[in-house]
Amino acid sequence: MTARARYITSAALTLCLAMSGARAQEKFQTTDSPPPAKYQKMEAPPPPPPPVLNQASGVRLSEPADHSKFEALKGPFADSAAVTKACATCHTDAEAHIKKTIHWTWNYVNPRTGQHLGKENVINNFCTNAKDNEGMCGVCHIGNGVKPGEEYAFNKQTSVDCLVCHDRTGKYYRLPPTRGNSACAAMFEGRDPINFTEVAQHVGLPGRENCGTCHFNGGGGDGVKHGDLDSSLIRPSKALDVHMSEQGQNFACSECHLSQHHEIAGSRYDMIAKDEGGTGKPGLRRDVATCESCHGATPHPKPSLIGYQLDAHAQRLACQTCHVPKMARGGVATITDWDWSTAGKLYNGAGYYEEEYTQGNGEKRHTYWSIKGDFKWGENLVPTYKWFNGEMIYTLADTKIGDKKAVTPINEPQGGWMDPKSRIWPFKEMHTNVPYDAGNKTLVFNHLWGADKTAFWGNFNIKKAIAAGMEIEHRPFSGEIGFLKTVSNWPITHMVAPKEDAVKCGECHAQKSRLANVPGVYMPGHTRFPWMDFLGLAGVGLTLAGVAVHGGLRIALTKKHKEDA
Amino acid sequence: MTAVTTNDLLGQDGSKRTVMIYSRYERFWHWSQAALILILAFTGFAVHGLIPLPYRTAAQIHSYAAIALIALWAFTTFWHFTTGQWRQYLPKLASLPAILKFYAWGILAGAPHPYTKTLKRKQNALQSLAYLWFMVIIGPALWSSGIVYLTYPLWAKIAAGTIALPVVAFVHLAAAYLITIFVIIHIYMTTTGKTPLHYVRTMITGYDTIPLSKAEAAYLAEDEPGRLK
Ligand code: HEM
Repeated sequence: MTARARYITSAALTLCLAMSGARAQEKFQTTDSPPPAKYQKMEAPPPPPPPVLNQASGVRLSEPADHSKFEALKGPFADSAAVTKACATCHTDAEAHIKKTIHWTWNYVNPRTGQHLGKENVINNFCTNAKDNEGMCGVCHIGNGVKPGEEYAFNKQTSVDCLVCHDRTGKYYRLPPTRGNSACAAMFEGRDPINFTEVAQHVGLPGRENCGTCHFNGGGGDGVKHGDLDSSLIRPSKALDVHMSEQGQNFACSECHLSQHHEIAGSRYDMIAKDEGGTGKPGLRRDVATCESCHGATPHPKPSLIGYQLDAHAQRLACQTCHVPKMARGGVATITDWDWSTAGKLYNGAGYYEEEYTQGNGEKRHTYWSIKGDFKWGENLVPTYKWFNGEMIYTLADTKIGDKKAVTPINEPQGGWMDPKSRIWPFKEMHTNVPYDAGNKTLVFNHLWGADKTAFWGNFNIKKAIAAGMEIEHRPFSGEIGFLKTVSNWPITHMVAPKEDAVKCGECHAQKSRLANVPGVYMPGHTRFPWMDFLGLAGVGLTLAGVAVHGGLRIALTKKHKEDA
Repeated sequence: MTAVTTNDLLGQDGSKRTVMIYSRYERFWHWSQAALILILAFTGFAVHGLIPLPYRTAAQIHSYAAIALIALWAFTTFWHFTTGQWRQYLPKLASLPAILKFYAWGILAGAPHPYTKTLKRKQNALQSLAYLWFMVIIGPALWSSGIVYLTYPLWAKIAAGTIALPVVAFVHLAAAYLITIFVIIHIYMTTTGKTPLHYVRTMITGYDTIPLSKAEAAYLAEDEPGRLK
C-alpha cells in the first residue's frame, strides 16, 4: 500500500467497528509501512473567502434594498428558522412559492416521459440515493433544521431556509440536520458559529457562491458530479468561463437560470436540446436557460461564409459541443469512475482514505475511501458526444435491468440523427460499479447515513445497509447483492470558453475526430465513401501511369526516329 | 504585321499564316479557370482529408475559389453564346477514328497529326468531345453539386434528419475525381504539339500558324487586321 492511509477516527466509529473488526482486518491487508502516526481527522473545510460582488443576476439591475436598515431584521435570531419568520413579514408569498418548486419537493414528474424523478425518486451512480439518507442530504435540502432527536424528512412542516440562497456574507452554512454516524459527522464539526443577525442584514440576490454550495458539490464533493460545475466557477478566469468571470460578464447563475416566483429555469431533468425560439420578445423567455434565449438561434458573425456555415452547424450541434471544449478546466477535478465494490475496507478496524490524486489547484483528492470505494479523477477532459433531444430515460428503482447491455445506463439521452429535434451534445459519462439486487435485477436504495446500526457509513456492511434501505422504501429485496456496471450522462453546459478557444474545425473534420463515435454525421474530412475513394484514386493513379507510359514511349521513339533518319 | 498588302493575301488557298486564334478573353478565361480548378482540386481534396491542410483554411479557400469559378463560368457561358464560339464544341465525329488511331499509335510512330486547326475549328474531334464531356457532364455535375453544397446553410434545416448532405457530397466528390482525371490527360495532351510547349505557348500568346483560305485571309485583313501577324 503506497497510499498515505489516513484514519477517520472517533470513539463512535471505533465502537461501531468493533463488531466487524476482525473480518474487516482480514479483508484488508497492508504490505507497506504503517499509516502516519498522526491520526488524521476528517476536517471541516476552511471558511470561504468573502463573496464576489456585483454579480449580474437576471432579476434586476440594482442591488436589492439595504436590509440592515429593516426593523424586522434587527434580531437577535436564535436560528435560521427565526430569520425565515422575519423574512416572511415582507416576502409574504415567497415560502409558498418555493414549496411548489423542485428545490423544495425534490420531486418532479417529467411531462414528456411520465417518469417520477427528482432526488426523492432517482437512484444515481454516485452516493446513489438521497432517499433514506435524508439526514445527510438535508445539508442541501433547503428545509430548516429539525428538533433534536427527530429524523429529517423533506418535510413540508419545516420552514424554508432563506439564508443558504440569499446570504451574501459567505459566513452562513448548513449542517446535516441529523448527526449521522460520527465517522462522517466529524467533517462538519469545528466551524465558526453563525451570527444570524449579521447574515440576515446582509442578504441579497443569490451569487455563484450560494448556488455553488450545493450545485458545485453534487456527488459528494467539489466538482465530483458534473465536470462543468465546481468551486472554480466562484472566481473563474475568463478562459474558464466567459459568462461567470469577473473579467467577463460576472454572471450569477440566475442571470441565465431565470426565475419566476422562485421557479428556476433550466432543469436538467427536462431539457431543451434545440431551442428554435431565439431571444423572443424583450423581457420574455424567463422560463428557459438556453444559450439561444440570449444569443439567438443564428449567433455567428456574418456576412461571412464561415459564419453562415457555423449557424447551419447549430441545426445539428448544441452550442456547448464547440464552445465548451473541455470539462473540469478550472483546477478542480471530477470523478469519472467509481467502484463501490471495494468500499468498506478497514485499517486496524477503522475506515480510512487515500489521496493519490492531486488536482490542478494543488488540492489532494480521495482515490479510496472506506465509506465509498475507489475513485478515478480527471481534468481537462474531452466530453463524450451523443445525440440528444432533451429527453432522458432513467433507470429507476422499479426498472428491471436487462441483460442486453454490458453497461446499464442510469439515465440515457434520447434522440438520434434522424430526429430533426435532436442535436449532438457533450456529456460527462460517469462510470460506476454500483451494488444492485442481483436476484430481482433492480437498483437498490442504500442506507448510508444515520446513527443507527444499519447505516453503511458506520457499520460498513453493505448488505445490512441495503436491506435497511429497501425495507424503508417497501421495495422487494432478494438479499443477493451483486455489482453492476453503470453509466450516467451529465449534459455539459457551463465553462463556456472564449470564442478563440472553441473547438477548432479540424478537431472534428479529421480522421481522428471528436465525433468519430457519433452515428449519422456527414463530416467532410472525416466521413469517407471507401469504395468511391478507391475507384477515384485508382482512376487518378491509372491515368497518371498511362500518361507516363505514353509519354515515355513518345520520347524514346522520337529519339529513335531521329537516329533512324 | 502592320503592312499587309492585298498582294500578300492573294496567295494560294491554304497558305500558312500566323493568326491570333485565341482571343484575349478566351485566354483569360482559360488560364483563370485552370488556376481556380487547380486551387479547388488541391483544397477540395484537403477538405476531403487526402491532402494535409488545416480544415478551416481549406474549406474557406475552396469556397471563395468556387464562387470565383462560378462567376467566371457565368460570364464565359454568356460569351460563348454571344460570340457563337459554342459551335467549337460540336464534335465532327467522322474524323474521330483517325484521331484516336493517331494518339494510340501514330504519335508514337512519328506520323503527322491527321487534323489541322483552322480558323473556324480550333479543336479536333477528340478535343471537342472531351471538352463537351467536360462542359456538359463533369462541369455541371461539379458546380451544381458544389453550389448546393455551398448553400448548405439555406437548406440545413429541412435536411436535418435526412441523408441529403452525404448525397450532395457524394456527387461532388465523384465529379471531383473525374475532373482530376480530365485535367491530367488534358495537361498531358498539351505536350503533344509540334514541340511539347507549342500548345501552351499558343494558349498564352493566342497566335498559331495555320492555313488560311484566301477568303479568310482577305476577311481578316479587312476587318480584323490585328489578328494577323
Ligand atoms: C463550382 C465549383 C465548386 C463549388 C461550388 C464547390 C463547393 C464545395 C463545397 C461547398 C465543399 C464543402 C467544403 C466545406 O466543407 O465547407 C466542397 C468540397 C469538395 N470539393 Fe468542391 N466545389 C467546387 C469545385 C470543385 C472542384 C473543381 C474540385 C476538384 C477538382 C472540388 C473538389 C472537392 C472535394 C474533393 C471536396 C470534398 C468533398 C467531401 O469530402 O465531402 N470542388 N466543394
